[in-house]
Amino acid sequence: MNPWLEKQRHLIDFTLASLGRRKTKNIGLLLAYTLLVFVLASLTLFTHALRSEASFVLAGSPEVILQRMVAGRHDLIPPNYIEKIGRIRGVQKKEGRLWGYYYDTVLNANYTFMARSADEVADGYIMVGNALARERGLAAHNTISFRSYSGKLFTFEVSAVLSPDSELLSADLVLLSENDFRRFFEYPAGHFTDIALSVANPQEVRNIAAKLSSALPDSRPILREEVLRTYQSVFDWREGIVLTVLAGAILAFAILAWEKASGLSAEEKREIGILKAIGWETGDVIRMKTWEGLLISLSAFLLGFIAAYVHVFHFDAAVFEPVLKGWSVLYPRFTLVPTVDGLQIATLFFFTVFPYTAAVLVPIWRAAITDPDAVMRA
Amino acid sequence: MIELSNIKKAFNQGQPNEYWALHGIDLALEAGKVTAFRGPSGSGKTTLLTIVGCLSRPTSGRVRFKGEDISGLPERFLTDIRRQSFGFVFQQFNLIKGLSALENVILPAFPTGRPRHELVTAAEGIFDQLKLGHRSTAKVEWLSGGEQQRVAIARALINDPEVIIADEPTANLDTALSKEFMSILEGFTATGKTVLLTSHDPLVVDSTAVHRVVGMRDGRLTED
Repeated sequence: MNPWLEKQRHLIDFTLASLGRRKTKNIGLLLAYTLLVFVLASLTLFTHALRSEASFVLAGSPEVILQRMVAGRHDLIPPNYIEKIGRIRGVQKKEGRLWGYYYDTVLNANYTFMARSADEVADGYIMVGNALARERGLAAHNTISFRSYSGKLFTFEVSAVLSPDSELLSADLVLLSENDFRRFFEYPAGHFTDIALSVANPQEVRNIAAKLSSALPDSRPILREEVLRTYQSVFDWREGIVLTVLAGAILAFAILAWEKASGLSAEEKREIGILKAIGWETGDVIRMKTWEGLLISLSAFLLGFIAAYVHVFHFDAAVFEPVLKGWSVLYPRFTLVPTVDGLQIATLFFFTVFPYTAAVLVPIWRAAITDPDAVMRA
Repeated sequence: MIELSNIKKAFNQGQPNEYWALHGIDLALEAGKVTAFRGPSGSGKTTLLTIVGCLSRPTSGRVRFKGEDISGLPERFLTDIRRQSFGFVFQQFNLIKGLSALENVILPAFPTGRPRHELVTAAEGIFDQLKLGHRSTAKVEWLSGGEQQRVAIARALINDPEVIIADEPTANLDTALSKEFMSILEGFTATGKTVLLTSHDPLVVDSTAVHRVVGMRDGRLTED
């Protein structure tokens, strides 16, 4: 084998033996370090997966939603409003949507009621989101009653529970027929909550929004990309909140790791002196300690990252779930599709492995440049 | 083999606690002989040996090793010379705890990049010469004082140096072990190695194994 490679092998052998000789210190350090990487990696993996999930789910939603505004507030779409839009080139389909919120005193939770066409949900039937079904113990063919805001009691039969795949967005959803929706909320005939427009060409979306704004000055077009961006911001913000809360703990771990890495014990200093006296160069000592720092930080990074991956994608990020998924009574339960972003791994790697290795090197360099004759005088 | 001319060494030079350990030493040391430096504590014996062994540089003066002036060489070259030509046996043995005797012995050869199996074979050969083969896998802290010193000697020999430097080698040994050490020394000269040692132990300086005694006091040579 090449003498250079053989030398590196010797250095790694010696490093492993050194790590083994200071088991308690190194295992403690590895654990603290792994925990730090685990927390940070869990956060980034989870929020990244949530963002991907949101994009994935929103991919099927309409490109533009048109709301009517009165005095800066969202108001109902009046009759014939859809006709006023007329024909806009590029718009494939436009339909009035009916949806609203309902507060259920049983669960103290808000549900989203949404009307669907009669061929999807018949009168007297509802389809419910998975979280709602779980909390209220509902299954297909069960009946459930809701007291409307006007005080009347309405009873529906559950025709189906919505697929858990869409639970991030449909956790609290109740789908019912248009007739039932209008009766339940006493919604005026011909009025809609908003208008959904499908646009085939993504390049055209902004032009269409501009045309809508000029044709209907009292309206507000909401683009799907804006909704997506809002979701991204919400998850970014939540990630920030968790990071802020954890900042103290992260800092404590960082200080611990720094202190452990940068503080050389008298025994370690003595060993460096011996190695230099018996023929090791300053560079050999530094290389050996670099291997030591890299072995600890790489092991911690790999262990922490793998643990975070398992935590997020196999245990649904149990530790951070309540904060990161949102504040709600009906928590969505869904399986995240494992997605890992290379840039995120690189950033995490840079901010965890690099500072530690640097922290190890500074005191070693100071100890390694001392004259080797000190060992004769010990 | 080794020539020292007007060697001076100061510690903390230019500071209030400046201390001159050596005041102009001129000395020529022969190859293949055992030379003992004798003198009281603080006489400069160890300082002189650190300069000869390339562990430190003189403040002024020249050190010639096999005709080459090595006193002004940069650290990297000094380390190379130290590793290839000098083997050290320290007073406190300076073995690395937690490692086996064998691992301690092969440590000085790591920077050379020699294959591990070659180093292990060489170390086992030295252990056999020193009658320590049965203790090669034991951790050094489990060994007796005499065994630890033999491990330190084996470590000094692993790179097959021309010069062995031993600082107060018998200070931590009883009479029997000191005699054993002196007989090991005789073995070194038989193989053509040069030995430089410091001691004020009569058992060492009066031994027939020692060819020359250099006296030192207050950083100066006294009588041979």
